[in-house]
Amino acid sequence: MECTVRSQTGFDLLELGGEVDLQFSHKLRETILGSLKTGNPLLIDMAKVSYIDSSGIASLVEGFQTAKTSKLQYGLLNISNAAMQVLTLTRLDKIFDLHSSTDQFKQKLQ
Amino acid sequence: MTGNTPTTNAITIRDLVVDYGPRRILNGINLDVPHGQIMVIMGQSGAGKSTLLRCILGLKKPTSGSIQMLGTDIATASRKEIYKARKQIGVAFQGGALFSSMSVAENIQLALHEHTDLDEKTIQIMTRIKLDMVNLLEAENLMPSELSGGMAKRAALARAIIMDPKLLFFDEPSSGLDPSTAAELDQLILTLKKGMGITIVVVTHELDSIFKIADHIAVMKDGNLILTGTPQEIIDSTNPEIQGMLNRKPRETIVDTDAHLRRLTGDF
Repeated sequence: MECTVRSQTGFDLLELGGEVDLQFSHKLRETILGSLKTGNPLLIDMAKVSYIDSSGIASLVEGFQTAKTSKLQYGLLNISNAAMQVLTLTRLDKIFDLHSSTDQFKQKLQ
Repeated sequence: MTGNTPTTNAITIRDLVVDYGPRRILNGINLDVPHGQIMVIMGQSGAGKSTLLRCILGLKKPTSGSIQMLGTDIATASRKEIYKARKQIGVAFQGGALFSSMSVAENIQLALHEHTDLDEKTIQIMTRIKLDMVNLLEAENLMPSELSGGMAKRAALARAIIMDPKLLFFDEPSSGLDPSTAAELDQLILTLKKGMGITIVVVTHELDSIFKIADHIAVMKDGNLILTGTPQEIIDSTNPEIQGMLNRKPRETIVDTDAHLRRLTGDF
């Protein structure tokens, strides 16, 4: 799993890639919660996610809940087909703020 | 469904023989279960379905033959190797097999507490995701004794998929359920295959269910695999034993009234 946070103007961009499973999801959770602690909005780029299991989804959900409590914007970007299948199955595609470009997310920040 | 392409299969079984004392229970089974598909193993009682399932799960050592499951030869693997392989599989047993002293949620998250060091919050969310998938979120805090038959089956399914298995085994999913609940469960199995990409092996003799969910069907009789194929290939088979299974009628429609009364009363 690749999980890197890059600071952008006005928000943090988390680039997620590879297989997000039981072995690595704790790292994703720590990264998401750590990033949100800085008080910045968070956009998670999922274009390179080849597989995500429910522990990875649970980390995304906990991040979303934390962001809502902290009144921070929190979005998912470029959802890969593999990830979208799981989000659809769990009906979370209707819950998360999904984006196809960073500009779309930036507009929400204004 | 047999062939020499083990890399495309979740399970590859070759020449599997099981003897119980002098009795031969499985007689040279060859079967391939392709990744991401639903294989239904059908056959009447005593055909050997349960023994085959027990062998695949590593619960019964075969007399001879090989069983490759997700890259591990279950027939010759050590206990440790079988234990490792089992972490990639989920099993939903016929009766649910839920622990009666634990709530539904506790039953479902048991494996996560036993096998992972995930944060409690992650475990709670994962449990609720799986309960929502099987439409049982409202039953999270119920005890197994408070569940209907259909709810217990769905709870067993949620527990079987809690670790996101690559391979799911389902023993008699529809048995004992009313037609509407059985149909819901069939739909759920199809949704899991599509959404999670799981390979699913279902053991059943419920014909309605078989033809709704199966990508491939393996028909067993008297310890032999008499035919494997797609549902259409099974329907088109001219094998009289297959046709007998597919066209079996309820007993009462073929009973001669007078003869049956004589059998029951001894009169006439």
